[in-house]
Amino acid sequence: MAKMHVKMTVNGKEVEALAEPRTLLIHFLREDLNITGPHIGCESSHCGACTVDIDGKSVKSCTMFVGQANGTDITTVEGLTNPDGSLGVIQEMFREHHGLQCGYCTPGMITRAHRLLQENPSPTEEEVRFGMAGNLCRCTGYQNIVKAIMASADMLNAQKEAAE
Amino acid sequence: MNDQTLTPEERAANLKGMGSSRKRVEDVRFTQGKGNYVDDIKLDGMLFGDFVRSPYAHARVVSINAEEALKVPGVLAVITAKDLEPLGLHWMPTLAGDKQMVLADGKVLFQGQEVAFVVAEDRYAAADGVELVEVEYEELPVIVDPFEALQSDVVLREDLDPAADGAHGPRKHHNHIFTWEQGDKDATEAVLAEADVVVEEMVYYHRTHPCPLETCGSVASMDKVTGKLTLWGTFQAPHAVRTVASLISGIAEHNIRVISPDIGGGFGNKVGVYPGYICSIVASIVTGKPVKWVEDRMDNLMSTAFARDYWMQGKIAATKEGKITGLWCHTTADHGGFDACADPTKFPAGFMNICTGSYDIPVAYLAVDGVYTNKAPGGVAYRCSFRVTEAAYFIERMIEVLAIKLNMDAAELRRINFIKADQFPYQSALGWEYDSGDYHTAWDKALKAVDYEGLRKEQAQQLEDFKAGKTRKLMGIGLTHFTEIVGAGPVKNCDILGLGMFDSCEIRIHPTGSAIARLGTISQGQGHATTFAQIIASEIGLPADDITLEEGDTDTAPYGLGTYGSRSTPVAGAATAMAARKIRAKAQMIAAYLLEVHDDDVEFDVDRFVVKGAPERFKTMKEIAFAAYNQAIPGLEPGLEAVSYYDPPNMTYPFGAYICVVDIDVDTGETDIRSFYALDDCGTRINPMIIEGQVHGGLTEALAIAMGQEIAYDEMGNHKTATLMDFFIPTSWETPTYVTDHTTTPSPHHPIGAKGVGESPNVGGVPCFSNAVHDAFRPFGLTQSHMPHDHWRVWKTARELGLHA
Ligand code: FES
Ligand code: FES
Repeated sequence: MAKMHVKMTVNGKEVEALAEPRTLLIHFLREDLNITGPHIGCESSHCGACTVDIDGKSVKSCTMFVGQANGTDITTVEGLTNPDGSLGVIQEMFREHHGLQCGYCTPGMITRAHRLLQENPSPTEEEVRFGMAGNLCRCTGYQNIVKAIMASADMLNAQKEAAE
Repeated sequence: MNDQTLTPEERAANLKGMGSSRKRVEDVRFTQGKGNYVDDIKLDGMLFGDFVRSPYAHARVVSINAEEALKVPGVLAVITAKDLEPLGLHWMPTLAGDKQMVLADGKVLFQGQEVAFVVAEDRYAAADGVELVEVEYEELPVIVDPFEALQSDVVLREDLDPAADGAHGPRKHHNHIFTWEQGDKDATEAVLAEADVVVEEMVYYHRTHPCPLETCGSVASMDKVTGKLTLWGTFQAPHAVRTVASLISGIAEHNIRVISPDIGGGFGNKVGVYPGYICSIVASIVTGKPVKWVEDRMDNLMSTAFARDYWMQGKIAATKEGKITGLWCHTTADHGGFDACADPTKFPAGFMNICTGSYDIPVAYLAVDGVYTNKAPGGVAYRCSFRVTEAAYFIERMIEVLAIKLNMDAAELRRINFIKADQFPYQSALGWEYDSGDYHTAWDKALKAVDYEGLRKEQAQQLEDFKAGKTRKLMGIGLTHFTEIVGAGPVKNCDILGLGMFDSCEIRIHPTGSAIARLGTISQGQGHATTFAQIIASEIGLPADDITLEEGDTDTAPYGLGTYGSRSTPVAGAATAMAARKIRAKAQMIAAYLLEVHDDDVEFDVDRFVVKGAPERFKTMKEIAFAAYNQAIPGLEPGLEAVSYYDPPNMTYPFGAYICVVDIDVDTGETDIRSFYALDDCGTRINPMIIEGQVHGGLTEALAIAMGQEIAYDEMGNHKTATLMDFFIPTSWETPTYVTDHTTTPSPHHPIGAKGVGESPNVGGVPCFSNAVHDAFRPFGLTQSHMPHDHWRVWKTARELGLHA
């Protein structure tokens, strides 16, 4: 099948490649770019394991063609680690509050939480539960995920205040 | 460090051993997206395989034409049963002693069954190829009801001789698999005939599916030069997979290396052996290239590992005062087209004979009939020990039904029937020896924690308000006291395909006092790398942070039967403690030599050996480790390592008391979990943080099962729930916040007293949620309504009870 030329920014790096237009973004990320943080749990937009951040929105990358992502700015869970290699705040809080078990949903969860806390920096527990409802977890029962996100909000807000 | 300024408590805390809520070591890589799951594996020249699946539930395969598929660019091969037959691989043994088609051999027995395997350069080409394989079918009559199957003339398994015995004894009918009987039939029937009160009920535990977020998959790579096959896969039991792969392929076992990398949840789905694994191996042998197979979500829900589907007819006998005198149960077990349960060989219905539960029932009888139908095979232990959640659901429903009949409070009825603390070890009527328990203490603690009496008063008030037309909501209180049986198991009665169910641990201490341990189990999110290091830390006094833990690679790890049935802590955890104790014993001799005293004159103290009566004279474990390698000690071999293969003397019996409150809108059928209290007793607690996480997760899976999750078929055998649109998985929105609590009754026969916990919340959670729904409708005459209690079914119940006026 004829390939198309695509260009995008992924985790701050310019990427150019040839890809079949029908290639799903999740497969392009995982198989062509070797970015295997985003996972596949359903390929039908239900589970959120494939969640990435595209131009400031949470997107399920299993239901988007690579062509539709042409020219966009993409962040995956790999892009949320601090530049010095240490865990970012949300990553650290997931660890601190045992917000993960098998880790399969975790990249999508953390990427979604990252966007949620930009949309709403001081969410209530209910807002976190609602805002995360597009991401399924089979292991944790969500209780500690919610805790981790609430703690992340506090920490990020404290950091912001200290910086001001 | 010879630091004498620290107290023993401080030194113990530094080890982060047992009892510490140590943060998980796994999480550093998982939170950064650096886990390594099967689908992350990428090898040079790797090909991709995908299945052509049957659209019919029962049909003859007349012909398969792959011509068009082979014209698709990138498609290299289309494998059918005909290609596998010369290798003897068109059928494979199941873990239950039956056999299963790898690819359709003449006919198909369930919708979604594997018919042909398309191998291509990438997953898109493989999918294109699958579309173009033409299969001609001739439809056959479909049977989806197990009771009908036992009456029908239609023969599902034409490959089996109807006159010959099955793997578990005589078969009564061509669609019958086995009968399994336990207990004393005559004595039980005699008790039933004379009892003050007998209740009878059919309790159905519907078909569902473990549905881990990561589906099943494998990558097979046959190195033609060395003759070695490497197989990565989603295996809960990698060593057993190696042995089975060797037995059925004829490749010598040392030439097979099985690796379970990170696993994205298992819950029983990844215990079995699936056609995809076999086909990826064959395809790699045929093409000489690595071949990956990863099922998609529909494949997963349609073809690998359903759970439950038990029709349990029960009778319970009691005195007028509510003392239970006998229990009778007949179960019809729908196994689908092949019997592929992962139960130990001697237990074709798993440990269903734990169905006397937490109660002192003098006499009982259980019979289970396994039946073939046109549904997918499986019958796995979905986050439970073999068939234990079925057993717990059965007895906890029967208790409620009895309470209704006796017009008694169900909490009190449980209390007067509990096995008493001084009766342990307790011999159950169906053959188990419960190791330890204190049910009354747990029960009273739970009732008090939720203010049970207060709740009942509130419920009564709400009922009055409902009857007075002031509210359309009913309140239900769900009670459960469950007893689990986990940690399979003693090799003398537990094996799978002849492989004894022991487990293992090998520990090597390095000269500088750090260590590596390897186990025969494999974590799927349970945090083994964290918790097993804690056991070693406490046993030998080296910091958990200095201990690496590895599992899942059969070339390096000692042989073990894997992780399922909550067996890792009871079996491999015990092996870990025993291996550590061997090391400690040698360390004691080294310490004594270094301190120039007799072996018996030193004693272990947290992280060191001290001279008895002279604690200022000691050698730390780090010093001992160094000496073990670098000092010639007369009569001792250099080095410090040990291995233990642990065959448990008995199972362990975790238990718990759960109470939940649910509000039900009778007009919409909507249910809202107002609160959930879970008290678990899993014996010694290794990592409270992880235990709590396991409980949250198991309860949420229980919520799913009780309130909406099911695998449903229509009468043509069409699978109606094969996507996450139709198959219910609760989101953060409908999942409640749980309150967890515990009591601690150690197992007397386990080296560290631990019992295992991962599955308790599912076993206890399902009856608790279900009992709450039933309880809300109890005043209106409801005794039994089948799960799942989704809005539609609850609404229907309300309607049938005349609540919609
Ligand atoms: S894989 Fe994209 S939502 Fe499930
Ligand atoms: S941690 Fe396993 S699916 Fe969320």
